[in-house]
Amino acid sequence: MIIEAEQLSRSFTVAERGMGRGWARLRRGARTVHAVREVSFTVEQGEAVGYIGANGAGKSTTIKMLTGILVPSSGQVRVCGLQPVPQRQALARKIGVVFGQRSQLWWDLPLEDSFPILGAMHRQPESRWRPRFQELAEQMALGPFLGTPVRQLSLGQRMRGEVAAALLHRPELVILDEPTIGLDMISKESLRRCLDFERREHGTTLLLTTHDMSDVQRLCQRVLVVDDGAIAFDGPLTGLAEVAEARRTMVVDFSSPLPGAALVLPPGAVHLGAEAEGIRHRIAFDPRQLSAAALLAAVTATAEVADLSLHEPDIEDLVRQLYTSAR
Amino acid sequence: MRAYWELAKSSFRRNSTYRLAAFSGAFTNSVFGLIRASLLLSAISTAGGTIGGYSAVEAATYVWLGQALLAPLGLFGSAELAGRVKSGDIAVDLSRSVNLTASYWAQDVGRAAFDILPRGVPPLVIGALVTGLSLPTTAGPYVLGFVSVLAALTLSFLGFFVINLLSFWVVEIRGYWMLYLVLMNLLSGFLVPVTWFPQWMLDFARATPFPSMLQTPVDILAGRTDGALSLALVGVQLLWLAVLLAGTQLMVRYGSRKLVVQGG
Repeated sequence: MIIEAEQLSRSFTVAERGMGRGWARLRRGARTVHAVREVSFTVEQGEAVGYIGANGAGKSTTIKMLTGILVPSSGQVRVCGLQPVPQRQALARKIGVVFGQRSQLWWDLPLEDSFPILGAMHRQPESRWRPRFQELAEQMALGPFLGTPVRQLSLGQRMRGEVAAALLHRPELVILDEPTIGLDMISKESLRRCLDFERREHGTTLLLTTHDMSDVQRLCQRVLVVDDGAIAFDGPLTGLAEVAEARRTMVVDFSSPLPGAALVLPPGAVHLGAEAEGIRHRIAFDPRQLSAAALLAAVTATAEVADLSLHEPDIEDLVRQLYTSAR
Repeated sequence: MRAYWELAKSSFRRNSTYRLAAFSGAFTNSVFGLIRASLLLSAISTAGGTIGGYSAVEAATYVWLGQALLAPLGLFGSAELAGRVKSGDIAVDLSRSVNLTASYWAQDVGRAAFDILPRGVPPLVIGALVTGLSLPTTAGPYVLGFVSVLAALTLSFLGFFVINLLSFWVVEIRGYWMLYLVLMNLLSGFLVPVTWFPQWMLDFARATPFPSMLQTPVDILAGRTDGALSLALVGVQLLWLAVLLAGTQLMVRYGSRKLVVQGG
């Protein structure tokens, strides 16, 4: 068992300016925010788990507790057999962490200069970390910019460097917090390929948070969906995909305004609303019941269609749907 | 241990990429040295040749040694840690498998090692040319002086680190920082030698680690203290070192449990 979280909770006290008028505004109040509520889950060795949820759902808070940089308000957690907070330094030698928004590289040194420092921090002799570094540099194609100061790297180049840095000591578990945020398609794909290779080749366990469904589809067999600090879904990706398919949205622009009530929709389709004075309509439909082509045919029969687009559900929608269906 | 050595080396390299900044810093240190030396020298000549046991050339030596050590000892401090707490980058520092204080200290030693040459030497050369310096002719004071400088560097680092660590509890440390800077500037003997203070203030200064951060290495290097007294002063430095080290370790231990790492 790589991760064991049991009834893990964390709340924060948030200061607020007093409400009301006059002097009452000067009185400061405090509010307790429950960022993570009694979350329990386990992750086995070699699993790849996507930890997804909307902004503020409690993903980063959980990750901080797993890595030992935040003390849980209550509950138990063990990572790689260690207690994260009291054994933080020992744990750091067993796990790799990538914070998409932060850098663990030394920003005014050439990229390659960060690796001897990291190797020494992990107490590995050069004979051990150097070959591994060469292997990673090749996989991630770091060669052309190894001599460039980190501050001058592009985001895609830097992220490849960050992931190589996190993998240098062959960690048992790699935790990635939004690793692909802001990356273009090509950089995302090369990053995913490396992570997938790492897991297959070395049995490394992956836990990643992301906003990008394609990260999850490409890398994870299992997803944990958090909403409002609690786990709303824990299961295989196929289970999520079913829900994901359950709600595609078709956006149709008509040539002339049309009242929503005038639309005759086949079973499986729901009118979500009209915009632009009845020109644009949003229709949700369940692809298991109704194909996009059949829906379009039905809509075209009502009025002349000028333009249309199809939207896959984003994570926020998915989470909302999972959560409502769970209740 | 190797991690700290690597960190010190990398910090030396990082600082050495900003050579122009180092030389302009040395220029500033030298100009301020001239101003401070001329003020002290005119005070001494008004007082009739000596103040508090300092002759003109001894006072000038005190000024130039102080100007030379100012940058290497890091007496301006660095608020890097507090900045990283504010931005949330502290998360990265805490996810590394090294001791937080020791890793910052190693980087400060690397910085100091670089600063010695471009920022330490020019003020001394200018001092020797303009006012002359009164330096010891035996090896002893230099050897002990080196140890004392290392201790002072570490003390100065730990003092600022304590203030930085307050950011684990409070959002804004600027007030504490200013207060600390004023106290340290005065009580470390940077403005005037501590022995020039009135007795009550001298007693107060000696109850703090501040004289150990500058006055002690300057006195030892200038040969103002004899062997036994120098050793005793280094002993006092080491005592303060133990106190501050224990303090920072306690603060890191309790503070990191209190710390809320900012941002997503």
